[in-house]
Amino acid sequence: MTYETKINPVDNGVNTEALIGARGAFEQMPQAAAFTFRSTCDWISGTRNCNSLNGYFGLGEEQTRKETFAIASDHPEVFAAADTAPTPPEIVLAALASCLTGGLAAVAQHRGIKLHSVRAVVEGDIDVRGILGMDQGIRNGFSAIRVSFDISADASDEDVAALVAQSQKRSAVYDMLTNTTNVAVSVA
Amino acid sequence: MIFAPDFNPVWKGTTAMKKIHTLVIGAGQAGLAMSHCLTDRGIAHVVIERGQIANSWRHERWDSLRLLTPNWQSRLPGHAYTGPDPDGFMSMPEVAGYLDAYARASRAPVEEHTRVLSVTADAAGYRVATDRGDWQCRTLVLATGACNLACVPAVAAGLAQSVTQITALDYRNPDQLPDGGVLVVGASATGVQLAAEIRDAGHEVTLAAGEHIRMPRHYRGRDIQWWMDRAGIHSTTIDEVDDIARARNVPSLQLVGNRDRQFFDLNMLRNRGVEITGRLADIRDNRLFFSGSLANHCTMSDLKMNRLLASLDLWAETQEVCGLAAPERFAPTQFPATPCLFHDLGTGRFRTVIWATGLRPDHSWLHVPVFDRKGRLAHAGGHVAPGLYALGLPFQRRRNSALIDGVGSDAEALADHILETHGQLAA
Repeated sequence: MTYETKINPVDNGVNTEALIGARGAFEQMPQAAAFTFRSTCDWISGTRNCNSLNGYFGLGEEQTRKETFAIASDHPEVFAAADTAPTPPEIVLAALASCLTGGLAAVAQHRGIKLHSVRAVVEGDIDVRGILGMDQGIRNGFSAIRVSFDISADASDEDVAALVAQSQKRSAVYDMLTNTTNVAVSVA
Repeated sequence: MIFAPDFNPVWKGTTAMKKIHTLVIGAGQAGLAMSHCLTDRGIAHVVIERGQIANSWRHERWDSLRLLTPNWQSRLPGHAYTGPDPDGFMSMPEVAGYLDAYARASRAPVEEHTRVLSVTADAAGYRVATDRGDWQCRTLVLATGACNLACVPAVAAGLAQSVTQITALDYRNPDQLPDGGVLVVGASATGVQLAAEIRDAGHEVTLAAGEHIRMPRHYRGRDIQWWMDRAGIHSTTIDEVDDIARARNVPSLQLVGNRDRQFFDLNMLRNRGVEITGRLADIRDNRLFFSGSLANHCTMSDLKMNRLLASLDLWAETQEVCGLAAPERFAPTQFPATPCLFHDLGTGRFRTVIWATGLRPDHSWLHVPVFDRKGRLAHAGGHVAPGLYALGLPFQRRRNSALIDGVGSDAEALADHILETHGQLAA
């Protein structure tokens, strides 16, 4: 296995050279590292709405993608809604799973660990009496979030555990969920 | 400008600038080691010191602190521990006594109670203004240490006036604290030691733990410092690590200088009744917010400890060491399943917050353009600028550069460089 690894460099489809190059460039020009992402959400009907995501600011200027992405949201039928799309909290769970999984692949590539399969199952516990305003003692959001990874990789259990730990350490969404963020909401 | 009467026998008035080939600022282990190395090489020098020899050890540490390294591991150029207890741990008065003895044995030319006001470059080298006259030198060695100022996070500004805030530099013992609960922020060696001591004094204590590194005092029957010394962990050079910036910021190991304390970790603190939370994320709306990342920080800490122990086991396999016990692994850190995410300051639970969030050097008097964009002294292995050197900084040339035991090797190397490049010997 070690021999094979040596003659066939690990490829998880992550361009770590580019990421390391970016670190060097941002060291020289930290202002280029200031990005602003955005999503534009339009109400459709009831709890259904849809986000379009395209432009963002980064590398010192406005950037445009080739494709505009859409993320729709709704609520399930048990809340008397149309259930045409996942709920916003589920999208948050999906964002966390995506962030950790993407980061894990990048860290694995950097550490020379070949991944065969990675699956993350994310669960969030929420007492909906909070959002219904029934009890001041119950928070609106998730009271707990659990992520369970199933990983097949050419690495020891301890090295896999270290990948999972490092992916949390470098995850934007994990940071936003575990630490506090100021949110300013205004009306144009 | 009015000058105080001149009571320094060396300094004669404001116009007589003293000249010396090499000036060393600071008479701690770094400055004294450098003085010893300069004397060995016949380089004329003076060591100026704001207070007394070993000033930080005497005046800027808490009362119960002992070195985290055993007595045998305070080797300095031309000096070593010869007392009766090589495996013991020095108290702060003992460290000061040890360095006093070193200065005497080295005949170090130390001028105490001389505070540097500013350092500027001039055509001949450097000009050092002090509160007891000015010096001109060809070569200047900054040996003022890495622990002059406390790093306090910006969130501290959100604390109400009614809560007493002190830093690890100001903390001496639990008697100075008001009655009531204490939040200790930071879980390196300092944070865990203060949390335990304050808890034992009867206070309700919460410890906010971010990244930290758990480590046993003894492993396979030997002190962990013996392992790190013999296996070459301490002497790892800056060329041998991937990311030197990260390596320089590694928190101190959760250890205490007491051979009876195998673990001084979060488990031990929980057993003593200390509440463990995640890192302090924010203070707003009169609330302390703690991060939900405690589980990952505990996991990372155990992974790091086990990685080091595994590397020590591998090293031991290549050695012939008599009487080593079998390799062992320790039960993981027991973190709370649902750690507290916030505390309301309005309840009055916390009367004191102690910032054990790291220390940094003070170079505010250094008026030479030698700083990086974050205001840190830029240097390559202690070489700052032509004729300007630093000594005793974290991982300066080797992992143990900031330890008493490690500064000597750096001092030897820099003294060699001074000799080669400014090789004017003493008259």
